[in-house]
Amino acid sequence: MIRPLLWLLGAILLGGIVHLSTVLVMPRAATQDAYARLVPLTPVNAMVPLAAPTAENAIMPLMDPAFAAAVCRYDLSDGAIKLNAPLSQAYTSVTFYTRNSVAYYAIDDRAAGRRAIELDLMTPEQHAQVPEGEDVTAADRLIIESPTKTGLIVLRALAPEPGLMPMARQALANAQCRLGPVQ
Amino acid sequence: MRLLFGSCFALILAAAIGLGATWLTITRGVAFGSLTIGAWTAWPKSGSVDIDPYARATIARTGELPLGTGDGVAFYARTDDAGNHFDGRCTFIISGVTPAARYWTLTLYDPDGHLVANTIDRHGFTSAEILRDIEGRFTIAVAPRARPGNWLPTGGIERYILVWRLYDTPIGVATRTAKEAPMPAIARKACS
Repeated sequence: MIRPLLWLLGAILLGGIVHLSTVLVMPRAATQDAYARLVPLTPVNAMVPLAAPTAENAIMPLMDPAFAAAVCRYDLSDGAIKLNAPLSQAYTSVTFYTRNSVAYYAIDDRAAGRRAIELDLMTPEQHAQVPEGEDVTAADRLIIESPTKTGLIVLRALAPEPGLMPMARQALANAQCRLGPVQ
Repeated sequence: MRLLFGSCFALILAAAIGLGATWLTITRGVAFGSLTIGAWTAWPKSGSVDIDPYARATIARTGELPLGTGDGVAFYARTDDAGNHFDGRCTFIISGVTPAARYWTLTLYDPDGHLVANTIDRHGFTSAEILRDIEGRFTIAVAPRARPGNWLPTGGIERYILVWRLYDTPIGVATRTAKEAPMPAIARKACS
């Protein structure tokens, strides 16, 4: 009588292990995550506007239709990235995602303070090589460390009314994302 | 023979339990650290590096990009305050006040996160375009047929979700109660 119960207990324990490991492996195994969806649509290390979501067609689910969006799919293998994003009139934000869609940093126009959001993105190793003393971190430019070599920078500009969407798109059109040394 | 049968049984059962639990948690969107106010639920940690493994797996499956914590916070609703599931053939009235935020948007999606086709091509409202009464309050009618005032068309679909996104807001990981974040009420009216 006790033996089937032991088998059952073993199965439940093993099932728990299967459950936890599949949950942990899922982000690596996913073939349709945001990054994978953007690979065919975006070049590396360049800011590209994203098509607005419609009922028939959306690049990703749950995109906010009130926003114009642009994305920079980055690869830090060849050096650090410089991001320069002029602000739109209403609300602009920049969010940094790892290869697996984890939002590790986000900043909006008010926090950025000026008329453009200017950031340097680099790996922790590249950051360590930035010569100290040279006031690279001195308020002027913000340095962000990326936990992964590749990832996504998503720039979003709000169109408070549908008629203001061209303005929001225009603000994003001037944004730049390129490889560049830290001066 | 008995050993073989027993181990086969255990392995099959283990696979079924493990994969079944994974499927259930990921399709239902289970995540820790939720903040529920009325009918609205947010997962502020999902927009930061503190995101839990379940939310990570869910996001990898759906392909969405969560709203970053420094950007804003998204509240999701699937039912009204009384627990009635949203039905695109009924009228739901959203009214009241919103938490402090520089801007907010309200968007209607189908349960998979796609926008819903409708005759006037409207998928939501922003805080700037909503019509308000003299005291600054607003009422939004989520309904299949045209309504005066703030009408959010459902396209007549059976199930939908509403997402309320607050941008540049103090609401976040540290928020605990409805007092800090008063979310609008949702009530079901007539069904057609």
